[in-house]
Amino acid sequence: MHTETLTQTYPVTTGTLREITLRINGEERRLSVLPYVSLLDALREYLDLTGTKKGCDHGQCGACTVLCDGKRIISCLTLAVMKEGAEITTIEGIDHPIQQAFIDHDAFQCGYCTPGQICSAVGMLQEGKAKSRDEVKDQMSGNLCRCGANQQIIDAIMDVKGGENE
Amino acid sequence: MAQIGQPISRLEGKLKVTGAAKYSGEYNVPDLLYGYVVNSSVTKGKIVTIHTGDAEALTGVVKVFTHLNRPGTAWFDMQYSDMDAPPGAPFRPLHNEEIKFNGQPIALVVAETFEAARQGASMIRVDYQESAFETDLKKHLDAAREPKKGMATMLKPPPPKPTGDFEKAYAEAAFKASAEFTHGTEHHNPMELFTTTTLYDGKGKLTIYDKTQGTINCQLYVGNVFGLHFKNVRVVSPFVGGAFGSGLRPQYQLFLSVMAALDLKRHVRVTLDRSQMFTFGHRPQTVQYTRFGATAGGKITALNHRSVAETSQFEDYTENVANWSPMIYPAGNTLLEQKLVPLDVNSPTDMRAPGGCTGLHAIEATMDELSYKLKIDPLELRLINYSTFNTAENKPYSSKQLKECYLQGAEQFGWSKRSAEPRSMRKGHKLVGYGMATGIWDAMQLPARAEAKITKDGKLHVKSAVTDIGVGTLTVMTQIAADEFGLPMEDVVFSYGDSKLPFAPIQGGSFTTATVGTAIVFASKALKKKLLKIAKSSNPGFKDAEPEELVFKDGLMLYKEHSVTLLELVAANKDKPVRTTNLGYPHALKLRKYSRAVHSASFVEVEVDEELGSVKVTRALTAVAAGRIINPKTARSQVLGGMVWSISKALMEETILDANLGKYMNQNLAEYHIPVHADINELDVLFVKEEDKVINELGIKGVGEVGLVAMPPAIANAIYHATGKRINQFPIHFDKLIDL
Repeated sequence: MHTETLTQTYPVTTGTLREITLRINGEERRLSVLPYVSLLDALREYLDLTGTKKGCDHGQCGACTVLCDGKRIISCLTLAVMKEGAEITTIEGIDHPIQQAFIDHDAFQCGYCTPGQICSAVGMLQEGKAKSRDEVKDQMSGNLCRCGANQQIIDAIMDVKGGENE
Repeated sequence: MAQIGQPISRLEGKLKVTGAAKYSGEYNVPDLLYGYVVNSSVTKGKIVTIHTGDAEALTGVVKVFTHLNRPGTAWFDMQYSDMDAPPGAPFRPLHNEEIKFNGQPIALVVAETFEAARQGASMIRVDYQESAFETDLKKHLDAAREPKKGMATMLKPPPPKPTGDFEKAYAEAAFKASAEFTHGTEHHNPMELFTTTTLYDGKGKLTIYDKTQGTINCQLYVGNVFGLHFKNVRVVSPFVGGAFGSGLRPQYQLFLSVMAALDLKRHVRVTLDRSQMFTFGHRPQTVQYTRFGATAGGKITALNHRSVAETSQFEDYTENVANWSPMIYPAGNTLLEQKLVPLDVNSPTDMRAPGGCTGLHAIEATMDELSYKLKIDPLELRLINYSTFNTAENKPYSSKQLKECYLQGAEQFGWSKRSAEPRSMRKGHKLVGYGMATGIWDAMQLPARAEAKITKDGKLHVKSAVTDIGVGTLTVMTQIAADEFGLPMEDVVFSYGDSKLPFAPIQGGSFTTATVGTAIVFASKALKKKLLKIAKSSNPGFKDAEPEELVFKDGLMLYKEHSVTLLELVAANKDKPVRTTNLGYPHALKLRKYSRAVHSASFVEVEVDEELGSVKVTRALTAVAAGRIINPKTARSQVLGGMVWSISKALMEETILDANLGKYMNQNLAEYHIPVHADINELDVLFVKEEDKVINELGIKGVGEVGLVAMPPAIANAIYHATGKRINQFPIHFDKLIDL
């Protein structure tokens, strides 16, 4: 016989609620969260902004990608309290030609990775580092798609990127 | 303009690219409770004591459910059996102290916040009494036995009986190829975590947002298990974030969420974490053996295919691994066998192209091996053994344009540029290889019901409980219904993903479009009769019309020179909607004379780094003969998805089992490898023309699985062509190729 606790290690203190103000999609949102609540959970569970998806909660799949001061970040590996004062853009606040390109190229099936792919693509295009299709593929590789829409996703991005370059 | 055949973009596309599509864990209601699951850390034994006090004392925790305090549920195994349950006794969460597999759910912590539930779950301590377990398939191949038969056997019949005298024919064959194939465990890993949000509507009434491939399957399960009237259980799943078979059976978060909601009379959401996504169904580890014999001219004379797969100790999950070879290649002497070894794991579950993508690897790699021995081009060998007759069932195919897949596929791919010898093509330090393989999948159809209704705004409403797991069901069903009445897409509303709608079976097996599409055709026919009846009483021009003489176009019903608008017909019905619900079903008598299958051929180019052994699929083409393609855009994506899965299966994904611990070791998406964008290069899909007047009203076969049967072996065959190394174990990692 042996006794053991679960292998998962989570914080063992409940902590004290913190009042924070986040600026999301141009709006100030006040909320009261524990210091270890992830930005992802804050969005989904506290602010009802469920467009940002949870696929792994470990920074391994990219489904939770949002833009923070224009840069793409993984919201599951970001604590909500870290982002007071930052400008956060979620899929609900995105209005970009990449969205129509995703529809036109059939760049999704189930749609669950899509908000993360789109936020990541917008962030990547703003970074301006990817020049070729291969570089775009590399720099989008943090966003997994299990339906296997990879080729169409890159097609959609290249479509929009080409337009920007002209 | 006909909608069928048009590459129409997904109708729900805008919702998906703006974040407005709501998945099962996204229905936020006031006073929602969160459940977090605790899983067994041992593989087999008993829970002696489960210490829940610390968790229960935690602020925010409402209740900890274990086997000791769970509410009573149904007594009999039958009541836990869902539409996809294999023969046996389905797993019952929190049933008793017994541990049957590693990761088994043993407690549910329910709290006011997600954080409190998760923290509470980490505070549960368990004293176990462990017992010896077995999880290593290769160690127990001798214990393989015949699978038990049950309801599931109807869709997955056992292999056909032996024909001729295989041993004699094989002994006498001029050329032979034989091999052993090993496949590890795989987990579906849809991007969305399994989640159920159960809303307690009072008086035992529930609205359940569940991640599932079958709303009615889950409704019946919940009703049976918890003793609720079916009318009080509504399961809603309009958006499903991928499933690939994992949603064919009700998963344990559904049970736990409903249990807690009923007990606490509160709304409860239970979401699994990614590691828990490795604690339910999976593709079983499988070992296969083939022995094929041929004449000097390449005619296959003898086929022997045996498979041994794992199952759990409580259900006989079986998938068809060894059935396929005589369905493709006519040989007089066949010997096919499928056996199981029960191990201390959870029951396997159908995973995209279950059995097919496992078995076809063995069949098509053996064929490839044979082609080199015969010094016949691999494509030529398939053509030599081509038949439109299914020797396994002794029936002709209702249609089979596989030859066109071979020929058009080879032409478009440039197969003729391949030089025959292995290791004969290179680009710098990269060895280049071409490989091809055949694919096949059953073209099935099940009964389903559909409602069709014309409302006073002249719109057509069509309804089915079927889900759309991302395959395009909403769009193609709308196309089918639009064409029945000659309406534009915007005048058709398809409602789905809700158990209160007309019956649909689980969504899987590539049978959904044929099943629900046919139901829509049946309902449309019935609705046309009703409309005609109304026309006859209100418009003398239609007095002599027969239903089949009517033409529907642009919102009009036409008969000879007479016409009436759909709006006028509803008005004549006193503005009440004209409505009908009907059963669509396969024409069993007509179909009995035919075999039905969808076919494909894949062509693959790989580059293998001579020093590093790394493999890159540089380009691939899959040619598909799947009857009528309703929507070439969504169908293409389905096949492309299958092709990405093929790369994953052949080169990347596997759940590694540590047999000493009886535990999966890579339960996360960093270590469970699936392709990223950088892994995917040129993929192409070709649909060859195939007319099938027998199979169903619409000539549909289905494309969900067929993209994943031919390409994995085509990759393995390309690697052989590139390197001269025949690797019969999936996934093929660089370590197997590094000593080139």
